[in-house]
Amino acid sequence: MQAHANPAPRVWIQTEDFDLTAQIAALRAQDPRVGAVCSFVGTVRDRTAGTPGSISSMELEHYPGMTEKSIEAMIDQAHQRFDILGARVIHRIGLLQPLDQIVLVAVTSAHRGISFQACEFLMDYLKTQAPFWKKEQMPDGARWVDARVTDDAALTKWGIASSNG
Amino acid sequence: MKLNVKYFASIRELVGVSTQVLDTQAKTLGALRDELIALGGAHAEGLARGRAVRMALNQIMSDESAALVEGAEVAFFPPVTGG
Repeated sequence: MQAHANPAPRVWIQTEDFDLTAQIAALRAQDPRVGAVCSFVGTVRDRTAGTPGSISSMELEHYPGMTEKSIEAMIDQAHQRFDILGARVIHRIGLLQPLDQIVLVAVTSAHRGISFQACEFLMDYLKTQAPFWKKEQMPDGARWVDARVTDDAALTKWGIASSNG
Repeated sequence: MKLNVKYFASIRELVGVSTQVLDTQAKTLGALRDELIALGGAHAEGLARGRAVRMALNQIMSDESAALVEGAEVAFFPPVTGG
């Protein structure tokens, strides 16, 4: 297995939106070995604790340098654990509104099982190990989002201990 | 030794600065945290022992036992909430 089937850039931290179709086409890169593409897109919700419209916007802060490094390391791990052909991650930063796309994880492999697993692995990893922080704008002011212990549990199922939340 | 210290998100807001250069005797991340708490004021508030504080050493998530090295980049931040 090649260490990196896809030598192209794999991680983007950006304020701009992304186009899923274009991203998948670029990831597939006309590689005829690819038989499966699995992608996850996270989007901004307008609510917390089930109250519609309670979030008017969201500000995303990150740790430049460490963010890119930590996601590159996650993709390296995904390549070691799963027989994937390629992977890319886009995470937006700055000011976002409800309905906006916030994160993309996309993975290619020969068959579906591997790409489903690797996509979930990358997303679980990102949730607890990549240095991003969300601040939600609520009617009564802004508030930093709390980490969730369920996200640590999600990583535990891959055999990785996490104590983020 | 000299260190570059960074703060992010809620901890940056509490401490009141985003970066600072420090000269420290501390040997580990945990000892550095205690030294900063001992400064009192905003540092004591932001890094308080009761607070969930995560740390990175040279941009790698690390725990309090991690050994500091000259010129290292250290960061303090709350649990991450991306994705």
